[in-house]
Amino acid sequence: MAQAYDAVIVGTGHGGAAAAIALRQQGFAGSICMIGRDSVPPYERPPLSKEYLARDKPFERILIRPESFWADKQVDLLLASEVTMIDAEARRLVLRSGRAMTYGELIWSAGGSPRRLTCAGSQLDGVHSVRDKADVDRIMAELDGGARRAIVIGGGYIGLEATAVLTKLGCEVVLLEALDRVLARVAGEELSRFFEAEHRAHGVDLRLGTKVDCLEGDGGMVTGVRLGTGDVLRCDIVIVGIGIEPAVGPLAEAGARISNGVEVDEYCRTSLPHIHAIGDCAAHASAFADGATIRLESVQNANDMALVAAKDICGKPEPYRATPWFWSSQYDLKLQTVGLSLGHDATVIRGQPEGRSFSIIYLRQGTVVALDCVNAMKDYVQGRKLVEAGAQGLPEVLADTATELKNVQPR
Amino acid sequence: MGIVHVTTRGGDQYHLATKDGITLMELIRDAGIDELLALCGGCCSCATCHVHVDSAFVGTLPPMSEDENDLLDSSDDRDATSRLSCQIPVSEAMDGMMVRIAEED
Repeated sequence: MAQAYDAVIVGTGHGGAAAAIALRQQGFAGSICMIGRDSVPPYERPPLSKEYLARDKPFERILIRPESFWADKQVDLLLASEVTMIDAEARRLVLRSGRAMTYGELIWSAGGSPRRLTCAGSQLDGVHSVRDKADVDRIMAELDGGARRAIVIGGGYIGLEATAVLTKLGCEVVLLEALDRVLARVAGEELSRFFEAEHRAHGVDLRLGTKVDCLEGDGGMVTGVRLGTGDVLRCDIVIVGIGIEPAVGPLAEAGARISNGVEVDEYCRTSLPHIHAIGDCAAHASAFADGATIRLESVQNANDMALVAAKDICGKPEPYRATPWFWSSQYDLKLQTVGLSLGHDATVIRGQPEGRSFSIIYLRQGTVVALDCVNAMKDYVQGRKLVEAGAQGLPEVLADTATELKNVQPR
Repeated sequence: MGIVHVTTRGGDQYHLATKDGITLMELIRDAGIDELLALCGGCCSCATCHVHVDSAFVGTLPPMSEDENDLLDSSDDRDATSRLSCQIPVSEAMDGMMVRIAEED
């Protein structure tokens, strides 16, 4: 007999945890089960490539809530478990263990799996992703075991943050990026160039436009990376940060509409009845992207979508309209992003990159659509209002640091 | 050991024993008070752990950084007692301090 829950949440990341909290806050009185692949209760993922890897924060301090919280809120945690099959008509799901469960409502918040290298040697020991606690624990164990020469493959936020921490820990780091700049997928060129210079100034051997041919090993352990040029770089450890694949397999097999992720409407409803999807895996039309269907991999998106799904389930539908925001820390640099720079056609630099405090303001047809603020919190806070207002700003006014952004008159 | 008195938005009162090595945000979060979002986990990158502290204690707390000050400006509920709770290390000296969770923005 399959166990019956009124709500099942798949995923114990930020989205899943926020969904459980939001359901209770919205007055959902039924039974809730949260199912996760991780073997530990919900924890924050951003510190994995920052404070946790740097050992500035122990694991207990990055728990989203203390373990006892979930029982107090009558949320059953089913850890180290994975959903393999969904029958949307019967509202039934099956776990890898064979155990079956029925649900009244399903919130799919399964996130994604780190994209793996497909070249020879990618299965060697010493090759790591940075997605969950177990990944980072393995990296830390190898550092404890004496790994000193690190190669980071991928110049996205995860790769750059890991590079900064490893450098701080005294490793020699080579960062390999296949494209001609870091952060190419998420930021404008000015920000890429700034971070490239910062990493190089910290001693990182940062190589752009560099293809990986294969990984080499000895006795099953990685010992080097062979580049497309034929050169071999020796190393003790490899960290791969080349993005995620949205985890939507069972939903796809159940017939949900899938594109880049599982498609959801403005209430986070999938095309299947009684199934919402939120967070990294949810493809949604965004007003911040000119209506394009996008996925956002961020705490903000996971958390705000969780609230949208919970309210919809509790009969209080409110469309998803939250402003995207994001942060990253590297060395003593704090980056804050608001809005989406996707599709921008002009940028304005405000402040001095060489002074390590500046903002990049992204415009689309004259409208402020996003800001990347480096050590410039005031611009981030005040610029958010410009993004939310869809303000049209004159470039020379936006660039003038003598005028605070809150005093910029939208035209 | 000291006791910090926390009032939620709904008016519920919690009396929390101080604990070394954590921040006020963590003390509140770990007590199961779920309305404090603390989305950035305490790295001073958002303003979702905004609280009002006892005016009698304002001057005894570590001073505000420029970032904290700027982030608090994003809240309509900001006043002279506003702090981001993730920026306040818990100590026994807080014994008797009243803390109120700020309104959601």
